[in-house]
Amino acid sequence: MIVFELFNYWIVIVLMMIGFFIVISRSNLIKKIIGLNIFQTSVFILYISTGKISGGTAPIIAENVTVYSNPLPHVLILTAIVVGIATTALALSLVIRIKASYGTVEENEILQRDQS
Amino acid sequence: MSMDAVDVAFTEAAVGAGISPLLMLATLAIVGRYQKTSATLPSPAAAFILVFITGSLLIVGTLDMPAFGAADAPAQLHVAPRYIHLSGEEIGIPNMVTSVLASYRAYDTLGEVVVIFTAGIGVLSLLGFSNSQNNAYFIDKIIAQDEHKILRIVAKILIPPILLFSLYVQFHGDFGPGGGFQAGVIFAAAIILYTLFFGLEVARKVINQTFIRVLASLGVLLYGSVGLVSLLSGKNYLDYHVFADDPQTAQHIGILVIELGVGITVACVMMLIFFSFIENIKQEEVR
Repeated sequence: MIVFELFNYWIVIVLMMIGFFIVISRSNLIKKIIGLNIFQTSVFILYISTGKISGGTAPIIAENVTVYSNPLPHVLILTAIVVGIATTALALSLVIRIKASYGTVEENEILQRDQS
Repeated sequence: MSMDAVDVAFTEAAVGAGISPLLMLATLAIVGRYQKTSATLPSPAAAFILVFITGSLLIVGTLDMPAFGAADAPAQLHVAPRYIHLSGEEIGIPNMVTSVLASYRAYDTLGEVVVIFTAGIGVLSLLGFSNSQNNAYFIDKIIAQDEHKILRIVAKILIPPILLFSLYVQFHGDFGPGGGFQAGVIFAAAIILYTLFFGLEVARKVINQTFIRVLASLGVLLYGSVGLVSLLSGKNYLDYHVFADDPQTAQHIGILVIELGVGITVACVMMLIFFSFIENIKQEEVR
């Protein structure tokens, strides 16, 4: 049935759109970063879903197993998770510095400051 | 996991439970909890309509995608069968994720480790300025006020197994799920737990700041110099066959050394990032 076949992709899209909505509709920089994180998580799920083969097992060679899931997306995503947290930390520290020099983390107030 | 991604599950569990929410909370503690409401915000309705249209278009797009778990999907047909069928003979280790990560795609992994290291440097240069200003950190004051005896005892029991487990994950990554990235984040999560319960002052005595800065760069250096060794021996960069005559043994040595470099860098960078966040929380900003 098509609902079960594509259910994972739809969840990915829902998560991605939630993240996108937060990024474009909130002006608080921390909320924007949280939105980007949700967006990023949806991409992780998309990749892992494409690697799955029904009836397969985790890609570790074992006896009596012939079908393995695709190891490539796992490699890409496990490194991407760690890289993601490092870049998130960088973004958060930028927010802390913005707060220190502008006194606010609201995007529109920062823009006002810059223009005036 | 139902999607067979055990290595990814490890990483996400350690990062998602141990590190990223703490960084978010630390940032919130520094910049203040409340979002200001102002009238100049763009209307959420317009954003919602845009998001709804994009989402619907994407869902229409998925109708053409291969079914979840289909064995004949394009993603399973090109390079993956080679990894699955030949990595056992070529690399000689059971965990294909580790073979692909540390041998077939070692360039990629080197790049990612460098990105993590660079992000660590970035955080340090943005936040590491206030080292000498305040001697008593705010987190130490909170810990001095509240006793939390039960939590502390539980943490004392939990931390050594977590550290041991991270070493197991590090060195057993060839055979079971695991590897440098997972071990690094698990190790860092243990140290972060320790810092949360016993204070930054004590954690600083256990983990010397300068020492982990040096170690973080040594990890990347170790990874890069493995490539240089093979380059100087007349092979391609990161070609492990120079380490031993038997190709499988050579691959095994190369992967172990590289995973060690990855693990050291990831653990040290995560700890450095956490320490620089936590020491920036000051009294007057927490209300």
